[in-house]
Amino acid sequence: MINSIIFVLLLIAAIAFFSWNVKKISRNIKLGRDIDIKDNRKKRWGLVFKVAIFQSKMIGLPISGILHIFVYAGFILVNIEMLEVMVDGIAGTHRALSFFGFLYPIAISAFEFFALLVIIGCLVFLARRNVVRTNRFWKPEMKWWPRLDANLILITEVVLMTSIFFMNASDVILQSRGFGHYDKVGSFFLSSFFIPMLTNLPSETLVFIERTCWWLHIVGIFIFLNYIPYSKHFHVFLSFINVFYSKLEPVGKIANMPSITKEVKSMLTGEEPPMDDDAEEVAFGAQDVKQLTWKHLMDSYTCTECGRCTRVCPANITGKKLSPRKVMMDARDRLELTGKNIDKHDADYSDDKSLFDYISAEELWACTTCNACTNACPVNIDQVSLILELRRYIVMEQAAAPGELNAIFNNIENNGAPWQFSQDDRMLWAEELYINEK
Amino acid sequence: MSEGKQKIEVPVMADLFAKGEKPEYLLWIGSAGAFDDRYKKVTRAFVKILTHLNISYAVLGVEESSSGDVARRAGNEMLFQMQAMTNIEIMNSYEVKKIITCDPHAFNTFKNEYPDYDGNYEVIHHTQFLQQLITEGKIKIDSDLFKDKIITYHDPCYLGRANGEYNAPREVLAAIPSKKVEMKRNKSNALCCGAGGGQMFKEAEKGDKEIFIERTEDALETGANIIVTACPYCMVMMTDGLKYKNKEEEIKNYDIAELIEQSLEL
Repeated sequence: MINSIIFVLLLIAAIAFFSWNVKKISRNIKLGRDIDIKDNRKKRWGLVFKVAIFQSKMIGLPISGILHIFVYAGFILVNIEMLEVMVDGIAGTHRALSFFGFLYPIAISAFEFFALLVIIGCLVFLARRNVVRTNRFWKPEMKWWPRLDANLILITEVVLMTSIFFMNASDVILQSRGFGHYDKVGSFFLSSFFIPMLTNLPSETLVFIERTCWWLHIVGIFIFLNYIPYSKHFHVFLSFINVFYSKLEPVGKIANMPSITKEVKSMLTGEEPPMDDDAEEVAFGAQDVKQLTWKHLMDSYTCTECGRCTRVCPANITGKKLSPRKVMMDARDRLELTGKNIDKHDADYSDDKSLFDYISAEELWACTTCNACTNACPVNIDQVSLILELRRYIVMEQAAAPGELNAIFNNIENNGAPWQFSQDDRMLWAEELYINEK
Repeated sequence: MSEGKQKIEVPVMADLFAKGEKPEYLLWIGSAGAFDDRYKKVTRAFVKILTHLNISYAVLGVEESSSGDVARRAGNEMLFQMQAMTNIEIMNSYEVKKIITCDPHAFNTFKNEYPDYDGNYEVIHHTQFLQQLITEGKIKIDSDLFKDKIITYHDPCYLGRANGEYNAPREVLAAIPSKKVEMKRNKSNALCCGAGGGQMFKEAEKGDKEIFIERTEDALETGANIIVTACPYCMVMMTDGLKYKNKEEEIKNYDIAELIEQSLEL
């Protein structure tokens, strides 16, 4: 009875605290500028199935792609077992779903198989990060917290999955001894390999191991659930939503700025722009998170720092400071701080800092807009679009473009080409042009 | 006038319109196509092909102005939209319906970005146009000029990743008797030449290497003796890369249109 009460209280606390944190992240994302992304739902759901659920872009790097599918699919399937854990925990029963008879041990054996896949995946991932030191996990932005965060997640998953094997193995031994409430429900395939390790222990110790692993598993999952909002691991929830809101236009299209269209039209026609009383004063580009769109902000929370973008970025490959992953991490860190400031002070509080305190002009100007990063991102984050918003601010609000770019702006304005050639010379290429007569 | 050669008078939109004629295509030359010495050759090669096939086309001539692609990507949205609206006004006044261009950046901007300002055109990259002519049997290549050559194709970002066009250039190359090899990074995984997003016009940021050198090394690794591109920026970058590697004598850098021009002996 007391166990059930403790369980229910923990369950309520875990869900409440998680919801509270999710609400905060959702509030932070909504700090962004509003944009309307509702078109073409059918195509969007198609992308969710293909890119998010079936992870089509993960396979671009086959080893980590397949191992990630192990961990992803394994973790989801193993957590079906949580259903039974919930029932047992609340009702104080033991293996409540064993009434399924012969199907029960088959199901549990299958879950054990998936748990093994998760363990294999996580161990290889740990090795890649810490022993093999795969390049993309050792970039400058991957120090301290990002590195620790990744390792904590992987270790936790290994512990959670391993506990299942010890729990099941102890359970089977106790069943065979007919001990207490451990009724015969059948034996489970993979955990049976753990039986020799435990078989000489007294029943009381086995009960202790079984119970400890049960609580470790469930409390571990409660803790893990509540760790996720503080971690890059939040992608397990957001990637599905983020993929739904993917950019559907050709990758090469850059988002229009309607506020500028109005100004340019009035400049070209000489007419006053139509007065729009509802129109807010909008900045040209973004210097801080509130001037980005909510989609940019969602992108930043969805990023799980895998570094596939940085791995293919031509600027990064050739040793420049720009790392598209760092840009996303910086945006998220800035947004987190902005959210904390709102909680501590009020919605309009300003700490006199901006995204430019996180992302330098040197990084922003190194981008070739080649879209290798957006192409590589398994969850359809649009790094280029965020970089462009910051460039727009530097150019149009701060008038601080690099000198060479100011020169081409002047040339385009004055003579219609980035070079200083007269527009009247645009046909010189066609002079003295001959074709062989056939 | 040289023996056996015929002078090409490139048709200009304003002249044709004055005569009450309306060409089927607008050929967009682009600033690089008009002013960059290397890319002018590509423009000339492509115009020869159009002339050879009696394609109904015209250019804007001195009425053409920067598409604004580079201004937009360098963050100057104001200047981009000025360029876009001015160009659209001119093109719409000539009732332009179809645009061909050798520049993937102009191609991308016209196709994907100009519709936001009422500039709606069917936009065709010259590699797509050539592919179509080959498919229709209008271009037939039986020349052995490149038979012993090894050709590798560098995907321009704004044709490839930006617009998903990986096949047209490769199919055009397939029609030219020669050996083809792919670089290790190709199609959607192709490495940028380093010139997009305004980089063409500025010093690169501090790093250990220039991007165009990294990409040139990809091309050299294939053992190809011709590097083919389909973009003015890529052309400049790959040419510089070959010079940097002192390979400009043994390895040539051509636009796809130039291979066709040479194969057809225009």
